[in-house]
Amino acid sequence: MAVRVQEADFDIAAEMAAMTAGRPGIGAVVSFTGLVRGEAGGEPISGMTLEHWPGVTERALAAIEAEARARWPLEDVLIIHRHGALAPGDRIVLVLTASAHRQAAFAAAEFLMDYLKTRAPFWKKESTPDGGRWVDAREADAAAAARWQDAPARGGAGQ
Amino acid sequence: MKLVYFAWVRERIGTASEEVSTGARTVAELVEDLRRRSPGHALAFADISALRVAVDEEVSDFSAPIEGAREVAFFPPMTGG
Repeated sequence: MAVRVQEADFDIAAEMAAMTAGRPGIGAVVSFTGLVRGEAGGEPISGMTLEHWPGVTERALAAIEAEARARWPLEDVLIIHRHGALAPGDRIVLVLTASAHRQAAFAAAEFLMDYLKTRAPFWKKESTPDGGRWVDAREADAAAAARWQDAPARGGAGQ
Repeated sequence: MKLVYFAWVRERIGTASEEVSTGARTVAELVEDLRRRSPGHALAFADISALRVAVDEEVSDFSAPIEGAREVAFFPPMTGG
């Protein structure tokens, strides 16, 4: 169980190997990686800076992880979210979910991403040819998070 | 009371945090006070529907009481992930 907020990049294969070593109960690991796009709204962007709220960010991510664990039978969870200056193509966020069977891992990874987009205190600023621009929250992200509100947990054994 | 600001709220006000003394009883009353502090504050708090607030690090709303609060944070909706 881990949540990390860091400036440094991460190594997906190394994180997955560390999570699953000596854990024969894990039959499925789902990995989601978010990357910095090189364009936004049809315009090129040269980079992005992520601001966060030290201390509060880690607590928010831990709360989101706890909610995922309450909904699905997860063997392990890892969330790594970067902050600071990033370039197009850089990794921003890693979510790993491990479970006995795949469905819980798939569903929990999607849930974690939907929740952390709207509930973890990060703010993105894009660098464009016209200067810096704060990214607006997207209705689609709020809707994606809201759909879990009444959704029962899915994914047990046998899938 | 300590106020902390993030993202464009911080940029418009020109500081990441400041100490204020206020007689405001709610976040909304505090915002009314803050709007009068500087043109930057007025700009940052022009449209509170674009803002979110946390009282003592808990996401709250503008009707929330702030009596006894140590810290109030203002920021735009979060855009992580």
